[in-house]
Amino acid sequence: MKTNRKTIPMPMRYLINTVLIVLFVLASTLFVNSDAVSGYFTKILMVIGINIILAISLNIATGYLGQLPLGHAGFMAVGAYTGGIFLKAVDAAKATGGTYYLYIAAALVLSGIVAGIFGILIGVPALRLKGDYLAIITLGFGEIIRVVLTNIDSVLGFDLTYGASGLKRIPKITTFFNVMLCVVLSCVVIHMVMKSRHGRAILSIRENEIAAESCGIRTTYYKVMAFTMSAFFAGVAGCLYAGYLGSLQPSSFGFMKSIEILVMVVLGGMGSMLGSILSATVLTALPEALRAFSDYRMVVYSLVLVLMMIFKPTGLLGQYDFSLSRILEKLMNPKKSTGKKEGASHE
Amino acid sequence: MSEQKTKLVEVPGGIIPERDVGQPPVLEVRHLGIDFGGLTAVDDFDFVIGKDEIGGLIGPNGAGKTTVFNLLTNVYQPTRGHILLGGVDTRGKKTYEVNKLGIARTFQNIRLFKTLTVLDNVLIGMHNGMGYNLGSSVLRLPAYWKQEKEAKQEALSLLSIFDMQDLAEVHAGNLPYGAQRRLEIVRALATNPKILLLDEPAAGMNPSETAELMENIRRIRDRFGIAVILIEHDMNLVMNICEGIAVLNYGRIIAKGTPEEIRKNPVVIEAYLGKKGGATDAEG
Ligand SMILES: Nc1ncnc2c1ncn2[C@@H]1O[C@H](COP(=O)(O)OP(=O)(O)OP(=O)(O)O)[C@@H](O)[C@H]1O
Ligand SMILES: [Mg+2]
Repeated sequence: MKTNRKTIPMPMRYLINTVLIVLFVLASTLFVNSDAVSGYFTKILMVIGINIILAISLNIATGYLGQLPLGHAGFMAVGAYTGGIFLKAVDAAKATGGTYYLYIAAALVLSGIVAGIFGILIGVPALRLKGDYLAIITLGFGEIIRVVLTNIDSVLGFDLTYGASGLKRIPKITTFFNVMLCVVLSCVVIHMVMKSRHGRAILSIRENEIAAESCGIRTTYYKVMAFTMSAFFAGVAGCLYAGYLGSLQPSSFGFMKSIEILVMVVLGGMGSMLGSILSATVLTALPEALRAFSDYRMVVYSLVLVLMMIFKPTGLLGQYDFSLSRILEKLMNPKKSTGKKEGASHE
Repeated sequence: MSEQKTKLVEVPGGIIPERDVGQPPVLEVRHLGIDFGGLTAVDDFDFVIGKDEIGGLIGPNGAGKTTVFNLLTNVYQPTRGHILLGGVDTRGKKTYEVNKLGIARTFQNIRLFKTLTVLDNVLIGMHNGMGYNLGSSVLRLPAYWKQEKEAKQEALSLLSIFDMQDLAEVHAGNLPYGAQRRLEIVRALATNPKILLLDEPAAGMNPSETAELMENIRRIRDRFGIAVILIEHDMNLVMNICEGIAVLNYGRIIAKGTPEEIRKNPVVIEAYLGKKGGATDAEG
């Protein structure tokens, strides 16, 4: 790690990464929109994208902050219903041109914000307490949200969520490009926050709360910040989900949905964004590929969780994270790479 | 390093170096006490320390030394008494607020951010030294770049006190024991304190490491002009670098004075060796 090692200077890194990401988004969109990819396959890709956002958002609270929220689907539900009701209210399907995209952007941001507000409301009381209160409180929250969504209309006296029969005819605004853009933006924002003094403060709480506090970190503040970020992106994912399905039912956001997201994070490696992305992809695609076994999905999930905890409690990737620049740098320094794999093949 | 000892003088409530007479003490503790249920862990603890004094807190196991540190940093709220930090009463403040006011500490049972790098550990200490906001992080505004760059340089320079700058990218949990203790000191220094509390900094170190640590504590005091209070069982270290020492037994101060006075004090000898003179390994 000394002087003679070639590294890419910072602004250059960002430039390279930005160009690569933009190219990737455009190329994949063109590819998916071409005739080569079937509509069915595109749908799966969209669900994968939504699940990726759910997983990386839960990873903020679980992997980075070190808490165990059990009601992530609750925040997703808040975002989904907010987005769905908003899109219906403004009648986004009838909008044209710029207004249409403005509505979509507004729906996504609004869903995130409302879910984030719920994150603050849950996080402030739950995170001030030491210990495992958050798990219990979020578990309760997830269930309460579901019950509220089912019954709120009779309290309000007018139709808002349409109860158990479901919120229908939501404009289907979600496209592969939308999803892709949201995935990339979520990843970038989370990455930027985590590689800053704010992110380090969040990590320090996971590592040792007492030490963090004695280093001058406002632990409660940063816990709530991380938890709110986590809820925000879950809300965004919820909005995409609403715009993808076109109809919502409270029962889709139950405890099992929360566990499903949690499994993705745990399997990928708590604290690894790349891990969350990969396992969200695999765990979404696999049940589709193995339709016959879909009834046993929860059994398999539980089994995977138990086996992970026994054999690799840090998850498949541990805290490893992906870096394009690191790979480029490795290619620039073929001989010095102390790693095992490269050496020979690159002469 | 010169071995010249600072002359200490008595002032009401404590002993401070002569050079600090007339200046407000950086830390002043009055009748501090805490009860855990029925157990009085610390009682009537009076203590004053000057701006750049090195003070020692010694006493047998379970005397209440670590509890005093926990009180000073408001990890525990005192049952009785006051802590004045540069004249400000810290009662009711949070631990992180006390740190911002200028008290940093290390822990007897090391508490590093183990799976983070050495550099990140120090940068976390510098959290409040950097002021850029969340927007600057997300958008990578100039404030982010400037402050991160300066902080990194500063962190490496702090690490170089202990010749640890080449370990910057190592995970803190993978450091050898002695290096972990040194990193805790660097991290505490990174918070830019006025007072550094060291809880058994030499524990687990070999004699040569301890000798080096001793030099470094002095150098830190000189370079940063801060007060240091250290808890230590290694009498050699305490007697060598502390200008004033307080001896704690069963939660009460039984003696205060210069190292020479403490060494000769029969009450202290009794506390360490027991009434009947049954030899113990108090200095081990
Ligand atoms: N949180 C607590 N609750 C109850 N009792 C406590 C607590 N913290 C400390 N004590 C008690 O207070 C007394 C002093 O403990 P303390 O850790 O301060 O001793 P010490 O002087 O640091 O000892 P050592 O040299 O072993 O580190 C002990 O009897 C301990 O059991
Ligand atoms: Mg102790």
